[in-house]
Order: sequence, then structure tokens, then C-alpha cells
Amino acid sequence: MPKKDKAKNMNSLFHLFGYLKPYRIRLIIGVLLAIVGMLFTIFGPYLAKLIIEEITLSVESSEMMNFARIAYLGGLGVGAYLLAFVGNYGLAIIMSAVTADASKALRKDMSTKMNRLPLSYFDSRQIGDVLSIITNDVDTIGQTLNQSLTTLMTSILTLLGVAIMMLCLDYRLALIAIAFVPLSLFVLLRIVKKSQSHFVKQQLDLGDMNAHAEEVYSAVNVIKVYGADKHAKERFIEINTNLYNDGFKSLFYSGSSFPITTLMGNLSFAIICIVGGLIAVKNWQMIGTIVACVTYSKQFTMPLSQIATISTNLQSASAAAKRVFDFLSEKEQKDESMLTDKFDEVSGNVTFSHVKFGYNPDKIIIHDFNLETKAGMKVAIVGPTGAGKTTMVNLLMRFYDVNEGYIAIEGKKTNEVNRSLVRSNFAMVLQDTWLFEGTILENLKFGRQDATLKEIEEACRLTHCDTFIEQLPGGYNFMLSEESALSAGQKQLLTIARAMIQGAPMLILDEATSSVDTRTELLIQEAMDNLAKGHTSFVIAHRLSTIKNSDLIIVMKDGDVIETGNHDELMMKKGFYADLYNSQFANGGVSE
Amino acid sequence: MLRLMTKMGKKGASLFALLIFLAIVQAFSDLMLPDLMGRIISIIQNAPTYESSIGELATDVVYTGLIMLAFAILSAAASIGVGYIASKLTMIIVSRARKDVFDKITSFSMVELNKFETSSLITRTTNDFTQIQTSFNQSFKFLIYAPILAICAIIMIIRRNYTLTLVTAVAIIILLIFILLIFFIAVPKFNSIQQKTDRVNTVSRENLTGLRVVRALNAERLEENKFEGINTDLTRTQRFVNRATGLIMPFMNLIMGFLSVIICWIGSYLIDGQFGDSLELSEMTAFTQYATQVLVGFLVVAILFVIMPRAIVSARRINEILKTNNTILEGEDDSKTDEIGTVEFKDVTFIYPGSDKPVLENISFRANKGETIAFIGATGSGKTTLINLIPRFYDVSSGEVLVDGRNVKNYKFKTLFDKLGYVPQKGILFSGSLKFNVCIGSPNADDETFKRAMNIAQAEEFIHKLPGEENYHISQGGKNVSGGQRQRLQIARAIVKNPEIYIFDDSFSALDYKTDKVLRGELKKQIKGATSIIVAQRIGTILDADQIIVLDNGKMVGHGKHDELMKTCKVYQDIAYSQLSKEELAHA
Repeated sequence: MPKKDKAKNMNSLFHLFGYLKPYRIRLIIGVLLAIVGMLFTIFGPYLAKLIIEEITLSVESSEMMNFARIAYLGGLGVGAYLLAFVGNYGLAIIMSAVTADASKALRKDMSTKMNRLPLSYFDSRQIGDVLSIITNDVDTIGQTLNQSLTTLMTSILTLLGVAIMMLCLDYRLALIAIAFVPLSLFVLLRIVKKSQSHFVKQQLDLGDMNAHAEEVYSAVNVIKVYGADKHAKERFIEINTNLYNDGFKSLFYSGSSFPITTLMGNLSFAIICIVGGLIAVKNWQMIGTIVACVTYSKQFTMPLSQIATISTNLQSASAAAKRVFDFLSEKEQKDESMLTDKFDEVSGNVTFSHVKFGYNPDKIIIHDFNLETKAGMKVAIVGPTGAGKTTMVNLLMRFYDVNEGYIAIEGKKTNEVNRSLVRSNFAMVLQDTWLFEGTILENLKFGRQDATLKEIEEACRLTHCDTFIEQLPGGYNFMLSEESALSAGQKQLLTIARAMIQGAPMLILDEATSSVDTRTELLIQEAMDNLAKGHTSFVIAHRLSTIKNSDLIIVMKDGDVIETGNHDELMMKKGFYADLYNSQFANGGVSE
Repeated sequence: MLRLMTKMGKKGASLFALLIFLAIVQAFSDLMLPDLMGRIISIIQNAPTYESSIGELATDVVYTGLIMLAFAILSAAASIGVGYIASKLTMIIVSRARKDVFDKITSFSMVELNKFETSSLITRTTNDFTQIQTSFNQSFKFLIYAPILAICAIIMIIRRNYTLTLVTAVAIIILLIFILLIFFIAVPKFNSIQQKTDRVNTVSRENLTGLRVVRALNAERLEENKFEGINTDLTRTQRFVNRATGLIMPFMNLIMGFLSVIICWIGSYLIDGQFGDSLELSEMTAFTQYATQVLVGFLVVAILFVIMPRAIVSARRINEILKTNNTILEGEDDSKTDEIGTVEFKDVTFIYPGSDKPVLENISFRANKGETIAFIGATGSGKTTLINLIPRFYDVSSGEVLVDGRNVKNYKFKTLFDKLGYVPQKGILFSGSLKFNVCIGSPNADDETFKRAMNIAQAEEFIHKLPGEENYHISQGGKNVSGGQRQRLQIARAIVKNPEIYIFDDSFSALDYKTDKVLRGELKKQIKGATSIIVAQRIGTILDADQIIVLDNGKMVGHGKHDELMKTCKVYQDIAYSQLSKEELAHA
């Protein structure tokens, strides 16, 4: 990773800590509790030291032991550990709440942001990539926060406290223990970094494996018939070998950090024993101090290895944080809440005037498009696949804004009114039959929450949904999910019903494709006709009958509109449309 | 888990033996450390009673200290060795078992494949192995070391003092009960967190994939409210689990702290000889250390048992694949056939395994060399199932399928597959260059063959628009070419193979009418000698086939040419009129 990127990632980490700001007070209480916990954790061994000194004293003087004092000290010890427990657990409770709430706030911001970004943001990216940001990355951040924050706090505090305590007991032994800190950290960080790099490699290998498995498993038939199994196997072995190597290294290195930390701990332990022993030989009353010091020096190891682990966790989280905050700082669509959200009355007059548009301003695809529709007109948009038929939908619905010229509804320019107003005047049925997880009723009411049951049932009757809905267990309350056994055609019918319930004055329809059988296709056609009755409709057309009897046909090719007119006019022109139309007959004209 | 252990093989077994040895060395060295510390303390403590000089005492201390250092290093070395072997063993097992899984899955027929979701097969090749990888590694590292350590430590403490051992035992029992409690409270919640996270992700995914619909319906607020609901729900569970798991460390420290204080306390009485069961001070300090180690040993084992169930589930899922028996077995015959380019069904009936309703009933027909035979019918009428019987994706329930006059069950797979050019409806492409994809069935195909195939498949014109042309990199699943382009590339793939029999399973559906027509015209001209079996939804695609078979609910309801069927077959007429108007059909 280049330095600059790293700095940027660290920046996002600070950005992330910004999410903790609202919980300032709780965080301060947390720190106080952590200090309490730390102090009493450290106090425990000190009391043990006092007891041992007491015992030594009596052994040396061969007097009766002062059991009252020992009991007193022991009681103090029990009390100290109890208080330490209260402090530590109090901290854990507070921090678990804080991190859970902070992750929640982050998720919420991501979810709202998603609905405020212009569609161009999503269209220029892979859905999977965006999805991975709003799910995986946010998840990673939440988990890191939860795991790291408390531990980081206690680790640093424990290190500090133990160091101070040892310094008070015996500065010489303390210095030995402290000298091991930078050394251990240095070694640990190196190991952790190394294991992290292999871990990342292993993740990449797993990604490859996933991709390869998906590819092969979903094509077992083709692979067999074409004898491509040899190739599939070779590639598998290649990835599997990489996984073996990187997995081994990742396991081994990450596994080594523990013995190495222990070794470091034991080294300082041994050296402290030797030095302490030498001191005590001269002054053997010191034995209690030395035992305490030895115990303390052991307490150095844990926090050290924890800090090393956390630092790498934070590093990988920082990459996720960068993606998340990049997403959160993307430019949103203009706020249009001040614009009017009311048309006088919409009967279906739409005007395109000198419309110029390109997804990229440097690459204009629609150059100068003019069109006037009257109320109740049926407008068909035709053209080969990839000709840009959806561009028309994008512009009508204001998913994208025109570069020059304007689109007007009832004479009012659509970019001068609130975009949600524009959208509420269109009902849309797309080929992509999007329904969400929820009951059929919820899905049908999606476009108009206050629709009555009677309206809904009427709409379902007109769109031929009623029969199959009634056959489903629970009827209108049937839960839709990815596994629910609705056919593509039934889903299509539901989206048509949804559009009808919405009851907008104008329609945008994308006709069904070949994925449904002929009987269902007829039903869908009828449902669409029922829906379109009396409305101005824009139809992305695939079939002859629709094209022929529409009032206006827009012919598109390579993104631009190349011809407009009705069927007869266009056939007379003998242009692209005529060619396209004729080619649909099996033995028709194109062969010349 | 144990079944998978056998995958380690001979080499693994000797590594395993070495691992046990090293674990013992590690445990032994770890146990020596407190003993040596105790010795240093006792040297110092007894200093006043010794006759020896301070110099001698100092030498003694340094000497013991150095031995301690040596054991510390030995322990670390052994422990790293254990880690090395554990990682190696784990990866050997994982990588061998994964290969077996992959080989098994690629040998599956549709019958076995249908038992599992593809996504589940993928998880069983990746995530499940990651899961068992962690547990194998942890088990190898600790499941041998920790018990040895705990047992030895127990021996050490029992030898030293019974009373204190009893105290330690109580501490262990408390700790174990506590861990079990947390386990029963937290683990089910872990699953619920996973489910709720999935829910959050599902709603996000839904919102994202339906962005246009959500915006068109001005339903942004609605989606946000829905998200808010499950977000709060997730947060609540998360808090609970965090609180439960956050308890573990503080509680462990509490118990260990109590234990050390109580040992000191009781120890003082013992040292004083109050219970007749006398104790040295140095022994008491060593005891504290050992007791901690016993505690740690038990803790590690307990935690391993907490992690294990997830790995066991994964191991079971992997074994489920390995234990699945293949139902479609290869025949023996790879000799030359008498006929060429013929496909014949003799009274074929097919019932899906586990179902009792036939999908195909009494199908009989014969296609001769060079003929085109087409199947049409509503979805669910059995068209695809029918052609899946030819390459033995399924086997017939009764009747016979003959290719070139021989029952498909008798063929060696390769001999049968070599005769077939299969083009499925879903454009299946592999990541790799465009040319690689087209020539996948015949890697030795020359440039001319490739160009000719691309030409016939109407793929020439669009590949020139792609950067790198024939070397254009197709991404996974062919996502960077359109559906129509995918289908054309697949058709080219079949042509390059130059088979006797083509099987097109609705392979023209994503093409626009014009391309569809030109392509079929070219096919007819260029691959004259080959037999074509076509499944189609569009009547235009099959108008001029030599035989058309109309299927309805798995039965043949019409068989003949277009003109005959238009007169005699009601189902065929319905389909035709739903797609083309009367005059258009007449025109055709």
C-alpha cells in the first residue's frame, strides 16, 4: 500500500471515531470504570505481596503468624478483585452498548444515503460492489469496533498501571520489564503484519475458489459434453495449491505470535527472577516485592499481544472504513423540497423539446429529440437490444436529467418541479419483476399505502392475479421470499397489479419476454391492456401487435432516436423500422 | 471430523506423532518454569540458614535463572514447532478433502446436483473448509497440549498439597459451569445475530436491486422505515451478546484473583503448620503458578468445545457430498457405431427421482442424419427434460434413448459426448479469453475453424467492437457480454466442435428476430450433414423444421410439419396465434 493511501485510510479511521462522539459521556464513564478496574486488578498482586511478606517475617522470627492481619489483607484482596470485576464488566457493558449503537447509526446512514444518491452513481458501478460496501464493509467496521475498542482501552491502561506499580515496587526490575515492551511490540508487529499479508492472500485465493466453483458447478453439463473437465480440474488444483501455501503460512505466522509473546514474557520473567534473586540474596526481606514484581511482569505479555492484534484489525478495518466514508461523501441529488409538488391536473400531455442527453456529458447520445403526446396516446419505443430504450424511461422518470432542452408534463418543465411529483404521475411495469420480502398485500400497497382492500381486490381481478393469489396459503398474506414458488409470469402480473393500485395518470410498460409460457403471456398482455385503458402509455415494445396499433412509434438505435411516426408512416419510409419489422417474419424480406 | 482426519495419510501420521512429542516437550518446559522460580525463591528464603557465602548464593541464583531461560526458549521452540506441524497437517487434510469434494461434485449428474443448491455446493467447497481449517488447527495445537499440561500440573499440585488442590478444583468447577452457562446463553444468540445481519443485508440488497422501482413509487421513506426496524432489532441482540461475552474475561480474572488470594491465605495457615500438613513458602508461590496453569488448561479445552460445534456441522456437510453415490454410471462401449447422426426415442417415460408423476410419457420418434427436429410447448411441458436424456444428464425411467443406433447407457461418456454439440438456454461462459471459450471443446482447433464458427454464429460483427477482439477477456459468468452475445458464442462453441448432432435448448431466445433468422439460415447452409434438435418458444424459430413435435404436459400431442400441425393440432395453433396474427402467419 503506498504511503498516501495509508494516510487516507487512517483518516477514515478518525472519521469513524467521529461516530462515537454522541456517546461522549458514556465513553468518559467507560474510561473511569476502566481505570477503576485496572487499579484494582493491579492492587491484587500487591496484597499478595504483603501477605507473603507477613509470612516471611514470621518464618524468619519463628513467631506466631499474625493471622488477623493476613485475614485482613486477604479480605482486602478479595474486595480488590471484586471491585476490579465490577470496573471491568461495567466497562464491557458500556462499550458493548456504545459500539452497537454506533454501528447502528452507521448502518442507518448508509441506508438513507443509498436512497439519496443519483441513479447515475449506481449505474456506473457493479451492484455487487456497492452491496459489498453497505453490507460486508459496514459489518467489518461494526465487528472491529466491538472487538477492539474495549480491549484497546484496557490493554493500554493495564500496561501503564503495571509499569507504574512496578516502578513503585522496585525501579530496577521495572526497567527490565519496560525495556521488553518496545522489543516485544516490534517483533509482534512484524509477525502480525506478515501473517496479515498471507491472510489477505488466502482471502483472495478463497475468492478465486469461490468464483471457480460457481463457474464449474453451474456448468457441470456443458463441461462434461465439451470435455472441459480437464481444464476445470487443472485450474482447481492451481487455486487449491495456492490456498494450501497461503493458508499454511497464514496459520503458521498468526499461530507464532502467541509463543513469541510468551517467550518474550518468559525471558523478562527469567531475567527479573535472576536480578531480583541477586537483589534478594543481599536483602532477603525483599522477597515479597520480588514475587509481586514477577507476577506483574507476567501481566505485561497479554496486553502487548492484544495491542499488536488490534493494530492489524484496525488496519484492515480502515480499508473498509475508507470505502464506507467515500460512499457517504458521494454527491447526493439536489434537494428539491422547495420545488412545487403539485400539478394542476394531469391528463397525459407530455412534451419533449430539443432534448439533448448523454450518460456522459462528453458523449451525447440523444441529439435533438422532439415529441408531443396527447392524453390517452399509446407510444411505443422500439429498437434492437442495446439501442437505449431504457434511456427514455430514465428521462421520463427523471432518473437522469436532460443535458439540454426540456421534458414537460402539462406544459410544466419536469426539472422545475419536485422529482417525486414527476414519478408519482407514472406507474411503471418493468421486465425486472422486483418484489420485496413481505406479504403480497404489502407488496401491492407499496406504491400507495392508503389503498383499500376493495381497490386492491378489484385491481387483482383486472390483472388476473386473483386466481393464483387465492390458491396460495394465506392468500393476500402469503409471504414472498426468494424461495417462494411464484413463477416469473405470476410475479409479472403482481407488478402490473401494483402499478394499477398506484393509479397514476401515465404509464411506462416494458413488455414481457420469452421467459413465460404462451398462456401466461396472454394473461399478461390482457392485464397490461386493462392497465393501459384510458392512460397515456409509453411501451417498450417487443411484439408486432403492440407496435402496429400504437399512436406513435419511437425507433431507437445505438442510443439515439432515429425515426418517429406511426406504423404506416414508418413502413412508407422504408427505413430502419421497415427493415426491422419485416425481419420478424420467418420467411420475410431480409434475405435479400 | 474424525472421518476427515483420515485424509492426512501416512506422511500426516508421522507428522502427527512428532506433534504429540513436541506438545509433551512444550508442556514439560512450561511446567518447569514455576518450579524453577520456586527454587530461586527458596534459595533466597533459606539464605540466612545457609553456611555459604553471598557469592555462592548469587551463583546459585544465576545458574537456576539460566536454566529457566533455557526452558523458556525450549518451550517457545517446541510451541512454534507444534504450530508448524499443526498448520501443515491442517492444510494437508483440508486441501486433500477439498480436492475430493471438487472431483465428486464434477462427477455428479443432474440427479445428484438437484439435491443440492449450487450456492450450497460452493459453500461446501469454500466456507465450510475455512471453518474446519480453523478448528483443525486449534485442535492440533491445543487439544493435545492443554490436557497434558493440565494433567501434569494437577500431578504437580497434588504432590505439593492436598488442601490447596481442593481449593483449585473448586475454582475449576466454578469456571467450567460459568463457561457452560455463557455457552448456552450466547451461542443461540450468535445464530440469531447472523440471521438478523442477513436480514439487514437482504433489505439493503432489495432496496439496491429495486432502486428504480423504489424511486418510481416514491417509496424511499418506506424502505428506510423497514430498514430501521430490523436495524434496531439487530442492535438489541448485538448488545445482549456483547454483554454476555464481555463477561468472560472479567469473570476469569476474578476467579484467578480469588484463587491466588485464597491460596495465600490458606497457605499461611499451612506454613504455620496449623493443619499438620506443612508447606514451604516457595512451594506455595509455585503452587499459585501451577494452579493458574491448570485453570488455563481447562479453559482452553472448554473454549475449544465451544468452537467445535460449528466445525462439526461443516464437516458433516462436507461428508454428505463425499458419501453421495453417483446414480448415472458410465457404460463400456467405445467402439464405432453403425449409424451416424441419428437420435431415436423408443417409448420413453421419465419420472423425476422422488416424484411419482411422469414428466414425459411414451415419447417415440426418430431423427435421421441431417434432419432438423423441433420441440415446442408451454413451460413445464417437458421439452428441456426430453433433450436432457440424450447426453444422459438424466436416465430414462423406462424405454430407450438411442444415439447412432446404440443405447446411450452403453456408451463410454467420452464417446457419447464427442458426438454431441449441446447449447443450453442460459448462456454459459467461463472466465477467460473469448477464443478460449469458443474453443473449449476442441483446444486444437485452428484459426480457420474458429473464424468460420464465429461467422455462422453471427458473432463476427460484435467481436470486432470488443477491445482485444478474440482475446477479449470474458468475466465470470460472461457478465460483460449481453445475453444475445452469450448465446451466439455458445453456438459458435458447438460449431467448432463439429459434432454429429446439435442440441439447441431454446438457444436463440435472447437474439432479436433478425439475427435469429440469419443465424439459422447460415446454420442450415453450413452444417448440412449434422442433425439438429431444437427446443424453442418462438414459432418463427421452428417453422421450417423437418419434424415438429408438440408437447403438452409431457405427452406428444402433435408430430409433423408446420403446415400439417396448423391444420391438425389445436395446441400448436394456440401457440402460433398467440405469437403471430393470422395474416402474418399466412404471409409466412
